[in-house]
Amino acid sequence: MDLAFVLTALITLAGAIAAVWLRNLVHAVLALAVSFTGVAAVYLQLGAQFLGFVQILIYVGAVAILIVFALLLTRGGEVPVGGVHASRWWVGALVSLAVLGVLGWAGAAADPAGAADPSVLSVEELGRQLVTRWVVPLQVLAVLLTAALIGAVLLAWREDEPERTAADREAEE
Amino acid sequence: MSGLTGCLLLSAALFATGLAGVLTRRNAIAVLIGVELMLNAANLNFVAFWRHGVSEGDATGLVFALFAIAVAAAEAAVGLALVIAVYRHYRTAHVDEVDRLRG
Repeated sequence: MDLAFVLTALITLAGAIAAVWLRNLVHAVLALAVSFTGVAAVYLQLGAQFLGFVQILIYVGAVAILIVFALLLTRGGEVPVGGVHASRWWVGALVSLAVLGVLGWAGAAADPAGAADPSVLSVEELGRQLVTRWVVPLQVLAVLLTAALIGAVLLAWREDEPERTAADREAEE
Repeated sequence: MSGLTGCLLLSAALFATGLAGVLTRRNAIAVLIGVELMLNAANLNFVAFWRHGVSEGDATGLVFALFAIAVAAAEAAVGLALVIAVYRHYRTAHVDEVDRLRG
């Protein structure tokens, strides 16, 4: 474990804690993007170059921007008067502390079965495995993404005006 | 302390932070932020075990993390569309005020 990993881990954790803690949700999403970038840097240190760049493209580039758009569409950028945390927030904090204890205990007891694999898997080899060994899951994933796209559009579709006028007509009668 | 242990500890801390966000925040979008953090922690575990596992030249862990990222992107899109639909209906995105099913 070297200094670079410790620094990256600290930045990642600080971003994650800020994303959960900050009152202004726009600031929280920015902190979340910092945390995603930190995770991508850890991927790069672990030798997963392709996954690191995919992480930056999809999470920093798409998911964070998507969250900002949803935030602005729901007026989530305004800090509410009732506070941003639930009234019994300490129950959630206790549960997550317990989970942290169990996971940390299990992780600290982990013993790597073998030495770290020094050979770096090339993107070419990864792509070849994706379209040969994993081709069926890849196709299923494409179907899932299409279904999610259609579902998201349908869910966020503005409700039709005729429906409202029909309800209004009922109210008038 | 090996590299694997460091990655597992970072992943555990990320997961616990995300869980705290899911359990304590009132805004539904903040809850989704917590879910994204937890998914990232899981992906970090996949990559760490792929790197420090016994398999040589096998890309299974990488491919699994790749698929998890794609599924997480679909989840984010559908979840945010749901939040927008809920906001249109209730005029609020706070999960503790959407309580029509409460007995």
